[in-house]
Amino acid sequence: MSKMNVQYPDSHPALLQGWRNFWKKTANDTGILGFGLRWAVLLLFAAYFLVPLLWLVLATSKSAPQLLELKPLAFGSFQRIQEAWQRIIEYQDGEVLLWILNSVRYAIWALVLSLVASIPAGYILAVARFPGRRLLLWLTLITMLLPPSALVLPMFMELNLFHLINTQWAVILPSAFFPFGTYLTYIYYASSLPPELLDAARVDGCSEAQLFWHIALPLATPVLGLLAFINFTTNWNNFFGPYVLLNDDRLFNLPVGIQQFVAATSALRPGFNPSPGIMVGYQQAEAALFGLIMVVPVAIVFLFAQRYVIGGAFTGSVKG
Amino acid sequence: MTNQTTSLPLNKPRFPGFSRWWRHLTAYVFVLPYLLVMLAFGLGPGLYALLLSFADFSSGLPSYFAAGFSNYLAVFKDFRFSFTFVNIGEFLVISVPLGIAMVVILAILLQMRPGPLTTALRTLYFVSGAVTGPVLVLVAIFMLDPSISPFQALLHGMGFQLTNDVIYAGSLPVIFTLVGFFSGAGLWIAIQYGALEAIPTEVLEAATIDGANAWQQALLIKFPLIRPYIIYQFILIFAGNVQLFVEPQILGGGNNLGVGANVPAVWSPNQLAYNFAFEMGNFGAASALSLILLAIGLGAAYLIIHWTGFFNIEN
Repeated sequence: MSKMNVQYPDSHPALLQGWRNFWKKTANDTGILGFGLRWAVLLLFAAYFLVPLLWLVLATSKSAPQLLELKPLAFGSFQRIQEAWQRIIEYQDGEVLLWILNSVRYAIWALVLSLVASIPAGYILAVARFPGRRLLLWLTLITMLLPPSALVLPMFMELNLFHLINTQWAVILPSAFFPFGTYLTYIYYASSLPPELLDAARVDGCSEAQLFWHIALPLATPVLGLLAFINFTTNWNNFFGPYVLLNDDRLFNLPVGIQQFVAATSALRPGFNPSPGIMVGYQQAEAALFGLIMVVPVAIVFLFAQRYVIGGAFTGSVKG
Repeated sequence: MTNQTTSLPLNKPRFPGFSRWWRHLTAYVFVLPYLLVMLAFGLGPGLYALLLSFADFSSGLPSYFAAGFSNYLAVFKDFRFSFTFVNIGEFLVISVPLGIAMVVILAILLQMRPGPLTTALRTLYFVSGAVTGPVLVLVAIFMLDPSISPFQALLHGMGFQLTNDVIYAGSLPVIFTLVGFFSGAGLWIAIQYGALEAIPTEVLEAATIDGANAWQQALLIKFPLIRPYIIYQFILIFAGNVQLFVEPQILGGGNNLGVGANVPAVWSPNQLAYNFAFEMGNFGAASALSLILLAIGLGAAYLIIHWTGFFNIEN
């Protein structure tokens, strides 16, 4: 009886067949050595990406001594998370809530303005021929390669001329320029919108505005998703612009706010003698929790946006 | 056939000149908002920077064209100029080839045999991109502190006891490469993965019939086919990395963080530009340096585009 219960792999036909198939496929395709190498590399990098994220989440639950004593990936207590939250909320009379609202407001304004400016432009560059079109395409390509930080200093001078420094518009208005959005929209329509479709609609009496609104825009959902994702994350994480263009801390967004919090408190070095002017009593958990407040919304956006990145909207954007 | 098309009244405008004028006007209405923001926040500041780089700021206010090339000379003569450019050069030499190679390798390994586990791994690599800017620096400081880091065994093994042993001017190119890869690789892996997915299956099936195994297919078929995306990645990564600012600025000396005691306050060229403008009040030199950085990014992009015949924008 007991003998019957012991099942060796080779005594089970289905299992054996599966096992054979697996190795046959593996050996034929990547080789056994290749199979091992492939997974070793993939899992090594999984640790590289996962461990810091995990540590950041767990650090919010530990006091400064616990961080030193407990294992790096051990859990502290829920009470410590609550304390850290309390300390952050009380920091400068709840300024963090203001920073969250600012971040949301700046990112949404930037998203709306930049899409309104870049989508119609990309569309018309693809479907119409008019004087100056090639010049505009080349300028788009060139400005696309310029990282925004290169323009911040002259932008400061320019915004200063219009007395916009240290207002929310100093952050919002420059982010309306999104050449990458225009370029990708242009490529998308140029490669996937048949001109015959537009001609047919024109014959039916559609105006140019109606063509764009009722035909072109609904067809562009994949590229719109990709652009919204890139635009939102870029602006949510915008540090250099607000850092240079704002000095009223009530106007800060989360990235600049976090930098200020970490620089003004003992959060990173709770055990050391503080320099004069540093606010004491803050620990690493507060800094980690503050970081998570900024990261978690974007991480959620990332989870949903991955399919747009892989979905091939980029595929049209590069021609071999 | 011809009779039919000519019988359509809409194809035969009564005033051809007016109709073309009207179509052009419509097109300009569509591009107008974009043109305005481009002039205001792209080309405008760029040209203004050019103007400022020849302006004299010794009186506090700009006197245009008064400086000649003296701002550029001031930049070249500054004692930190060569230091910051050597730093950024080291960083570029390490981060650009290594970053691109690892991204391409990981994308190919993931896409070679897709399944639930590789999807999960790809998502994990991708989501790390949510950690950027100051939070990224914060995480880096924690990871590089041998007393609390989850990698402390590794750090101790390398002989490091204190954060300041790990973070010093000479180690920054490697640190910024590791940190940048953590945050930036996932997006590029996803893009390259998408490019690999777009390779027609007939091509790969033909290769399989010809007896190519998965490794040969990756090296001889997939890699050459995604070459345009790799060039694209090179251009954007190079232009971005030349401008490095946030990481050394937060990590640098005088930051009150208790780390970075061994890191000079001005480490990268972009920090030097910032220092010229906001510490020394010399906006002319700051603009000159910004334009030099711009020229380097554009120059590298131009060379790559020229060599590879890439960016064939007119179909």
